[in-house]
Amino acid sequence: MFNAITQSQIYVLDQTEARDFYVGKLGLEVAADIDMGFMRWLTVSVPGHPERQILLEKPGPPAMSEETAEQVRELVSRGAMGGWLIFTTDDCHKTYKKLLERGVEFTEEPTERPYGIDCGLRDPFGNRIRFTQPTA
Amino acid sequence: MNHAVEDTNRRMLRVRDAMDREYARALDVPALARLAHASPAHFARTFRATFGETPHRYLQRRRVERAMFLLRETGTSVTDICFEVGFTSPGTFSRTFHDIVGRSPRTYRREASAASVPTCFTMAWTRPCA
Repeated sequence: MFNAITQSQIYVLDQTEARDFYVGKLGLEVAADIDMGFMRWLTVSVPGHPERQILLEKPGPPAMSEETAEQVRELVSRGAMGGWLIFTTDDCHKTYKKLLERGVEFTEEPTERPYGIDCGLRDPFGNRIRFTQPTA
Repeated sequence: MNHAVEDTNRRMLRVRDAMDREYARALDVPALARLAHASPAHFARTFRATFGETPHRYLQRRRVERAMFLLRETGTSVTDICFEVGFTSPGTFSRTFHDIVGRSPRTYRREASAASVPTCFTMAWTRPCA
C-alpha cells in the first residue's frame, strides 16, 4: 500500500510571484522549474526534503478552459478554493517574527493549542498556510 | 482574465481576515472600508457581492461563533462573554445570538456542553464561511 506523499498541488495566479513568495519569503527551495511547453512545472519543497514537492500550478489552458480558469482564479482570490498547506517549525514565534519582517500577511498570530503553537498566513493569492511548532 | 475582480476579491478577503482576527474590537463599516481602500458604501456593496452577506452580518456571525465556543468551553458568564466577543449591549447580543443559533445563549450552553464533540470538528463547522 502507500508509503509516502510525494506531490501535492496548490493553485497560484502568477508563478513568478509565487516563486518569489514561497522561496524568497517563506524560505522553501525550488525543486523543479521546467517549461514543458504546455505548462510551467514549478515545484517547491522544504529545504532538505525534495522527496515531498508542492506543485505551484497556474490554472489555464490546455488543462482547463479560460472560462473555468477564471472561475478558479476568482475562488482562489476569495479564499474559497480550499487549497492549503501546513508546515512545521522548531520555533513558531521566531519564524513568525522573521516572516513578518519580510512582509508576509498573517491571519493569526502564534497561538497556544493543545497540539503546539501555531499561526496562520495567506499567500499573495489568497491560499491559506499555517505552520506549527508541535508540542514536544 | 479579469484581474480587477481578483484584486477586489483579494482586498475583500483581507478585510474579512481582519474581522476574523479582530472581531472583539469596535469595528464599523468606515474602519473596515479604510482597510479595503474604498468608500464605506462601495466597500459594503462589494463585500456583499463577494461573500453573499454584508460585512456587519459577517462580523456578527464571527462574534457569535466565538461566543458559542466560550459558552461551551468555559464557565464565563453570558454577560462577560457578550462583551468579550465585541458586543456592547447584552440585549443586542441575546437577540443576535438567538437569530443566528435559534436558541438563547443560556439554552445553547446547557445543551451543547452536554455533548462531547471533538473541538476540531466544531471549529470547522462553526467558523463562518462564505
